[in-house]
Order: sequence, then C-alpha cells, then structure tokens
Amino acid sequence: MSERTDILIVGGGPAGLSAAVNAVARGKTVRVLSGEHTILTRAEAIDNYLGLYHLSGPELMRRFEEHAAAMGVVPEKGRVSNLLPFDGAFMANFSGEIVQAGAVILATGAAKARAVPGESELLGRGVSYCATCDGMLYRGKRAVVWGLAPDAPQEANFLHGIGVEVSYLARGERPAELDPGIPFYSGRVQSVQAAGAKDGADEAGVKAGGVLASVSPSPGGEAAEEALFLPADAVFILRAAIAPAALIDGLEMQDGFVKVDRWMQTNIPGLFAAGDCTGAPLQIANAVGDGLIAAQQAAKYLDRQGGGGPLSG
Amino acid sequence: MSTAIQYPNVSEFDELLGGDRPVLVDFWAEWCMPCRMLAPVIEQLGERYAGRLAVAKVDIDKHPELAQRYGIQSIPTVILFDKGRAVNTMIGLRPLDAYTREIDALLG
Repeated sequence: MSERTDILIVGGGPAGLSAAVNAVARGKTVRVLSGEHTILTRAEAIDNYLGLYHLSGPELMRRFEEHAAAMGVVPEKGRVSNLLPFDGAFMANFSGEIVQAGAVILATGAAKARAVPGESELLGRGVSYCATCDGMLYRGKRAVVWGLAPDAPQEANFLHGIGVEVSYLARGERPAELDPGIPFYSGRVQSVQAAGAKDGADEAGVKAGGVLASVSPSPGGEAAEEALFLPADAVFILRAAIAPAALIDGLEMQDGFVKVDRWMQTNIPGLFAAGDCTGAPLQIANAVGDGLIAAQQAAKYLDRQGGGGPLSG
Repeated sequence: MSTAIQYPNVSEFDELLGGDRPVLVDFWAEWCMPCRMLAPVIEQLGERYAGRLAVAKVDIDKHPELAQRYGIQSIPTVILFDKGRAVNTMIGLRPLDAYTREIDALLG
C-alpha cells in the first residue's frame, strides 16, 4: 500500500485537471488517475470557451495538461475499478495498486454506454468488470469478453492463459494482439441472459447463462448484423471507465448522473464529483468550474477532518 | 493479524456454523484486489462484535468445496449465517456500515 495522498481525482479531463490545479493551489497533495482518452480530444473546434477562441479539442487538452504539469500534476494512466470509504478515508483499486486518499473527486466524464439489459441484475452473478479479479473463478468454464477498452484484448489473453474458455466480442476487426486461440466475434452485446430459471431457484441462485449479441458475419462488410446467443458462465464487460455507481457502493445517482449538491458533494462524506459525470451542461467551462468548487470543498473537508476548523459553505 | 478473525478448514467451518453464535464469512482469495481492500473492514467487524458474532475468512483457493457449496461467483462475497443457514449474501465491496446494519438487525 502506498502513502496516503490528500485528494484522489478519478479522471484527467477538464474537470479532473481543474480540480487538481486548484487542490495543489490550496496546498494539498493530489493524484490524478485517468483512462486513455478524454472525450475532449475528439472535438474538432471549441468556440465557447472564453478567451481561447476556436481551438481544437486536442490543442485545448494539451494546454490543460501543460498547465497541470507546470504545477506538478501528471495524470497516471490506468483504470480505477473499486472505491471504498474506510475509517474516514478512501481506498481505491487502481490497476492493481491500492491507493489511499483522504478525499476523492470523481471526474469520470459522461458514461456514454449505459448498462445493457441484464448487466446490473447479474453483476457479481456471472457479470464482471474485472478479469484479473474474478477470472480464477471461471477456470475451465466459458466466458464472453466484451472488449470496449484498449487493454481489453490483454485481459482476454489473461483469462485464456489461466484456462478460461474465452470468446471475444468487439466492434470492427479482430484485434492483432488477441491470442490466436480465442474465437472472435465482431459485434456487441445486446443483453446478458440469466441461466435457464429452474423451478425452485430463488433469487440468490440466479446467474448469468450467456449473452445475446449482434454480430457482423464479415467485419466492415455490407452484410446485416445477426443476432447470436453465446452461452457463457461469465460475461466480462471491459469498458475504458467504470460507471460511478459501479465504482462505489451506495452512491446516489439521478437520471444516470452522480447526484451532487451546490458544493459538488455526493451523498458519501468526503466524496465529491465534478464535470460531465454530474450532468448537463456537458461543457468545458462548466467542468472547469465544477472542478474548482470540488477541489475547494475537498480541501475544506480535509481541513475540518484534521483540525476541527469551523464548518462553512 | 487480528485474533478476532478465524480461518477455518472445512470441518472447522461446519463446526463454527453449528455453534450458538451467528457467523459472518468473508470468501476471498490472495489474488483478489477488492478482497484486500475489504480486509481491514472485516478485521474491524471481528473486533467490534467479538463474543457476539464469529467472523471467519475462507480462502476459496484453499477450500474450493466451500466456495462451490455456497455458489460463490464473484469475490469478495460476505455471507451472514444464523443457526447454520445463510440469511444474507452480500456480493462485492461494501462500506463498513452496510455490514453493521445487517449484523445489528440480526443480533437485535
């Protein structure tokens, strides 16, 4: 376990970096954990961010990162898969490292992918977001890996390596790094199906039985997608970022976004959220403002924890 | 390592379940990161309920028959037993108070 940082920021987009810069300005130590891409890098031109007219997404992001780096903040690439409050602080599982922090700011962006039907119901009952966590339970059994993240083929290879019968499903062509022994389907998951409900099986006995997928017989070709049922004991859904509600137990959501108050506080003490993950407007200016408020409030929260200072807005 | 936590083998496990106290069992494994995050929570439960609740950890790699018996499909899974029967199954990482709520409801 590494040394505790003051404020852990999950997400390295405008909200996360704004939070980081402002937390550092308040004398707090920060770590920014981020996935591979922020959606901003895909914007062609931004015309409504004051003072920086008509910059491209990648250029604006480069400036944000440069600014953060000048203040000693360099985002670390990887995936945060679990977050747990404990003893007045937090533990995070960051790509296999347990990171400890006094406060956490979620700046994960708008999860574009909502859960597919059956996914949430069967989570922990065959559906998993983490191959290295649950893979060992499925040795000698069938698993479908739905690859939605750049590192998903490696996770599929890991499962294949420990003796799981893996099928790999992803958009487009077969990934070059995917183990040749793994069958590949070009397509996506439509729903996760429960195993045939036997009479007498109570709710606790329900588990995944497979996925209904849409697959292209020839990737990139003209042929229409076909529905295909892939039987499986486990379904690994590997997204680039894990949805906030799946990250931490008991987090209150509203219309698919993290519920926050005026001070960017979630319902969990010490946990703040900023930017697109808290809902509209999904704009850079808003994200940067949210990041500022979240960082200030997280710093105040820590000061109160430590020094018992006055409670103020 | 806290002495409040027990690490039973299969026969000790059955004995524990047949005892007069309710039992909280954490199914875990060495390679499971979330299980490691949960470890201090389980330790604290062991201390807090010492004498009233037995708290045990079962390594599913060492005792796969126990994992199979209770249909463990994801770890950590924490099961609360009363009079030998599983009365509550909690899958995944939960904060401390999620467990204490269930335990307090059972202990009354």
